Amino acid sequence: MNNNKKNISSSKTDNSSPSGEVGRGVAAIQYIDLYRECRDMIAEHSASLLNAPREQALADFERLGFPTQKEERYKYTDVAAAFAPDYGLNLQHIDIPIDPYQVFRCDVPNLSTSLYFVVNDRFYDKALPKAMLPEGVLVMSLLEAAVKYPELIGKYYAKQARTHKDGINALNTMFCQDGLFIYVPKGVVVTRPIQIVNILRADVDLMVNRRVLIVVEEQAEACVLFCDHAIDDHQFLTTQISEVYIGENAHLELYELEETHVKNHRFANMYVDQQRSSSATIDSITLHNGLTRNRTDVTLSGEYAETNMYGCVIADKQQHVDNNTLIDHRVSNCQSNELYKYVLDDEAVGAFAGRVLVRENAQKTVSQETNANLCATDTARMYTQPMLEIYADDVKCSHGSTVGQLNEQALFYMRQRGIPEAEARMLLKFAFAGEVLDSIKMEPLRDRLHHLVEKRFRGELSKCEGCRLCK
Amino acid sequence: MLEIRDLHASIDGKEILKGINLTIKDGEVHALMGQNGAGKSTLSNIIVGHPAYEVTQGSIVFNGQDLLAMAPEERAHAGIFLSFQQPVEIPGVSMTNFMRAALNAKRKAQGLEPLNATDFLKMMRERRKIVELDNKLANRSVNEGFSGGEKKRNEIFQMAMLEPTFSILDETDSGLDVDALRIVAEGFNKLRTPQTSALVITHYQRLLDYLKPDIIHVLIGGQIVYTGGPEVATMIEESGFDQFIR
Ligand SMILES: Nc1ncnc2c1ncn2[C@@H]1O[C@H](COP(=O)(O)OP(=O)(O)OP(=O)(O)O)[C@@H](O)[C@H]1O
Ligand SMILES: [Mg+2]
Repeated sequence: MNNNKKNISSSKTDNSSPSGEVGRGVAAIQYIDLYRECRDMIAEHSASLLNAPREQALADFERLGFPTQKEERYKYTDVAAAFAPDYGLNLQHIDIPIDPYQVFRCDVPNLSTSLYFVVNDRFYDKALPKAMLPEGVLVMSLLEAAVKYPELIGKYYAKQARTHKDGINALNTMFCQDGLFIYVPKGVVVTRPIQIVNILRADVDLMVNRRVLIVVEEQAEACVLFCDHAIDDHQFLTTQISEVYIGENAHLELYELEETHVKNHRFANMYVDQQRSSSATIDSITLHNGLTRNRTDVTLSGEYAETNMYGCVIADKQQHVDNNTLIDHRVSNCQSNELYKYVLDDEAVGAFAGRVLVRENAQKTVSQETNANLCATDTARMYTQPMLEIYADDVKCSHGSTVGQLNEQALFYMRQRGIPEAEARMLLKFAFAGEVLDSIKMEPLRDRLHHLVEKRFRGELSKCEGCRLCK
Repeated sequence: MLEIRDLHASIDGKEILKGINLTIKDGEVHALMGQNGAGKSTLSNIIVGHPAYEVTQGSIVFNGQDLLAMAPEERAHAGIFLSFQQPVEIPGVSMTNFMRAALNAKRKAQGLEPLNATDFLKMMRERRKIVELDNKLANRSVNEGFSGGEKKRNEIFQMAMLEPTFSILDETDSGLDVDALRIVAEGFNKLRTPQTSALVITHYQRLLDYLKPDIIHVLIGGQIVYTGGPEVATMIEESGFDQFIR
């Protein structure tokens, strides 16, 4: 299988003496060369709608390269360093042998979902859930959708995730060949949560460029849960670009749970567009990872829309989690509420930069942004930067952040009652993170996550053994 | 039960306790009175192992064990309980989870199985009655948003749950209204047995009228300067501490 992949290391040696490549760096050049070499192969194993923006993306990537830490939004993560090592790419779309149902037997008490798998960048369609989705609802391969429903995909694909300003968007657009498409047509309410288990599976170090498109049309409702896993002990690098459209009066709950391993690098950019009177709940939970950078941009395009964005990060060892968010209030009468909490242990590094932008005509905006962090050791580092930019005058907005240690008084109080120190620390961390978990509307999921987070704090989740939500 | 010998202790290099000697036998209730800043809370904190205080000299032996060598939680498992002068609020930790963790840690130390959920909740209900602690409080986070008096009542509720053999009540009466004081004091008396002892720190006679201590000590400037019977409380009530200052 190894032979059938393009290994980017070969391109790297070809370009050992780049000229005039200032600013782009060696890491970027490898990918440019790889793309040039393999563009036909990439296109051949994808669809024309996905191929269409590639050349522009290449031009943009050639100009931008990887973001550097001088760029405000990439200040806290060294992107080029993460992309520099050699990874294999499965550009020929070779089948990866796996039966996800063998790996993940889903049995969350009281939580019945419509369960789907995406293996690396490919939707797993060999066995689909028995439970029927409501009429017209699609959960399928993006590649297949681009062929079967070109109008739908053509309307939404690569419209929000622009390549001209973001090197990672550009790179992903150059290389991505497949991914996931979820479509909920007008007025349809999907009561059963749609659960997507992303599995990283490889016999070599692997790079995956995955694409997600979610369209929830007006008056439709859905709840989508993503669980990210890496089942092989290899270095993984994933770029995932998600574009989400929420129509008028539509409601979407979206949960993303990362539970991978320390050798995983994840770069995920999500763009959400909300129309009038819509609501979105976006929960991002990083339970276990290597290096993660999540960017979440929400655009409030229609009045009376509401966004609730929550994040919970638990990191230890040398794990690195960087969440970068933007809530763009473009019109009046919208509400946004954002809460991110980090619990950092050992030498973990956390970063949070959350920008709330209230544009000139976004009157009557109500917005609240909070980032609270707990550093359990002196060596854990947290960078926090909540930003509120207001150009309208009639608004109600607040923002704030805190970085603290465990409350020593509380710790002693608990120990006096006989609770051993380690347990007391665990309870305090759990209490701190619990506030975010309480925001989860789906009760069985909330209970399950409480349980998982507790296990995580007890050190019982140190490696990824499959979907803990399911096991 | 408890034997303190020539105890010296300091905080941030400042000596606060300057040679305390105190022996409390099984079944006895002692009271400790003294001016603000005399070192009463310091003594209680040292008995329960607060890490901020440094013992520079002396010893504390509890039922034959060298207390100073034990971690705070081990002291708790050995049967020591402190009703804090200022109970701590722990947002996000429910009273139920807190009590369950405490109780089961103690049971584990005693080689017992954890209590099952039904028995635990039944026990919570029964013990709550002893101090008439509102069910609503028991369902909240530990001390969070509790009034001053409710916090004190909650301390004695925890004592009822953990059944210590030696309890320190550090100004448990302060903040309690007259009815609450009676309820809490009567609750404490219900928990007494010939095998349990206590050290009761207070500024007022009213609590002592309920608890009827065997012995009263007067602590001034880090030393016990006077020890007597119940009459000492009246002496202090009437003429203050000047009479004890040599
Ligand atoms: N953590 C601390 N840091 C600095 N000084 C302290 C600390 N704890 C106690 N002290 C000092 O030690 C002395 C004794 O305090 P302690 O709390 O033991 O008094 P107390 O007898 O309990 O008084 P009160 O009746 O007011 O409760 C005081 O002068 C106090 O300021
Ligand atoms: Mg005191």
